[in-house]
Amino acid sequence: MNQFQYSRVTHSNAAVSAVSKEKAAMFIAGGTNLIDLMKRGIVNPTRLVDINRVPLNEIKTEGNSLIIGALALNGPVAESKLVTEKFPLLAQALNAGASAQIRNMATIGGNMLQRTRCPYFYDTTMPCNKREPGTGCGALEGFNRMHAIFGFSDQCIAVHPSDMSVALAALDASVLVIGPKGERRIPFTDFHRLPGDKPQIDTNLQAGELITSVTIPDNGFNKNVHYLKVRDRTSYAFALVSVAAALQIEKNTIRDARLAMGGVAHKPWRLTEAEKFLIGKPVSEASFSEAAKIAMQGAKAFKYNTYKLTLAPNSIVQALKVAAKLV
Amino acid sequence: MKKKPNKNTDIIVHNDSRRDFLKQSTLLTGIALTPEIAVKAAENQWDEKLAEAIEKIPLKLEINGIQKTLSIEPRVTLLDLLREQLHLTGTKKGCDYGQCGACTVHVNGTRVLSCLTLAVMHDGEKITTIEGLANGDELHPMQAAFMKHDGFQCGYCTPGQIMSAVACIREGHANSETEIREYMSGNICRCGAYPNIVNAITEVNKGGKNI
Repeated sequence: MNQFQYSRVTHSNAAVSAVSKEKAAMFIAGGTNLIDLMKRGIVNPTRLVDINRVPLNEIKTEGNSLIIGALALNGPVAESKLVTEKFPLLAQALNAGASAQIRNMATIGGNMLQRTRCPYFYDTTMPCNKREPGTGCGALEGFNRMHAIFGFSDQCIAVHPSDMSVALAALDASVLVIGPKGERRIPFTDFHRLPGDKPQIDTNLQAGELITSVTIPDNGFNKNVHYLKVRDRTSYAFALVSVAAALQIEKNTIRDARLAMGGVAHKPWRLTEAEKFLIGKPVSEASFSEAAKIAMQGAKAFKYNTYKLTLAPNSIVQALKVAAKLV
Repeated sequence: MKKKPNKNTDIIVHNDSRRDFLKQSTLLTGIALTPEIAVKAAENQWDEKLAEAIEKIPLKLEINGIQKTLSIEPRVTLLDLLREQLHLTGTKKGCDYGQCGACTVHVNGTRVLSCLTLAVMHDGEKITTIEGLANGDELHPMQAAFMKHDGFQCGYCTPGQIMSAVACIREGHANSETEIREYMSGNICRCGAYPNIVNAITEVNKGGKNI
């Protein structure tokens, strides 16, 4: 690991100013991805600004909304009554991620900022436009079993690894950030970006901006929800495909729906067309299969991930069936 | 030059003097030293030794109930501090990338991976390692249960497994085999002692002792 300078701050303004002053300075919170990346020489900050003592770890409700401080830890958030009772989809997604140890370290803000797990990104002997822009994409013609089927570019076909973010995308969350120019709120579906010709940039955060909280409006998706994660082993693995499904059901008719997929794109992949289709439809496997078909429009696979073209729609149907308590 | 904390901000720790110092010292070296001495300086790593002294940050930790006042480089992970500087080698370095759980310790009572956190981030916190689990010569109930149920073969993952297992019960996630397997999934055992590990945890949990 390269040497760096270390500062500890106790206020978000101090954090922003410390990081803004130095081009290669970074915030550090849980560190569960950043320290990994620094050990491998993929990220080489000249300064780490430790924000762990900034008081941003509160979980609270405001009106009907849930507000989670950016430094709240994944494990405690998943176990918080406010979350398990009103936003069980988020609790399920958080518990599907990483291990108990990592969930005790990883923060809510850091979770959404974790980098892709594309093996070409982590192997510094391989080309990767995300790690070193202009070197090419190793995965495009390489071992691309884990890779995207939506929203990729010829520069990058990596996927975003966060489970939590898939639930937040489905639940209409928004992210509050503070930066050198003050505060702003970013809808969660606009927080991450597609690779395009700048795959090195994962999010729409500007330089020096710090995530302070995430807000989830209470849209009444607390009864019929399911987070389905399909992976190579039962636990402690990244998703091949994951689905966050939330329904509002009245007399066997779908009143409202939220759907998002993980493991298929450079960002959490919200399925708005499929959601629209489901509204007013009867609760049935036929409705769910049709929604899955709509969701898969435009999907394109690579040499080793064609299985995702089958796994993804099947996962959508299964997640919806579990959410609707059909299974 | 060491900066004074700015009143408008509240940065507690500064150590931005090192690079400036190195730039100056390199310049002076170029002017004042003969090549022979410069070579000797490089051989003896004077710059490195000097840099290390300046770079180090004071740190107070309570490790297994004992207060430690330390001085460390910020890039030292908690795992490396425990093993390399404090010689508490019970905590194991498996993958060093957060994939195996061999380095699991408790920080302020919760289980974390010591390889994925910097020691300097834990100033003032309480660390418990496998060495701090037993009560003198009396094994912790989880250590005894691992021996009774043969919860290991090579033993390399065992300290991490035991630290994780104790936390698993304290968290209330040891109520069925499925739950134990899920909440212990961050600890990999390449010998495959999983069934025996599950048995050890189940027995300690059923014992109902306050561990």
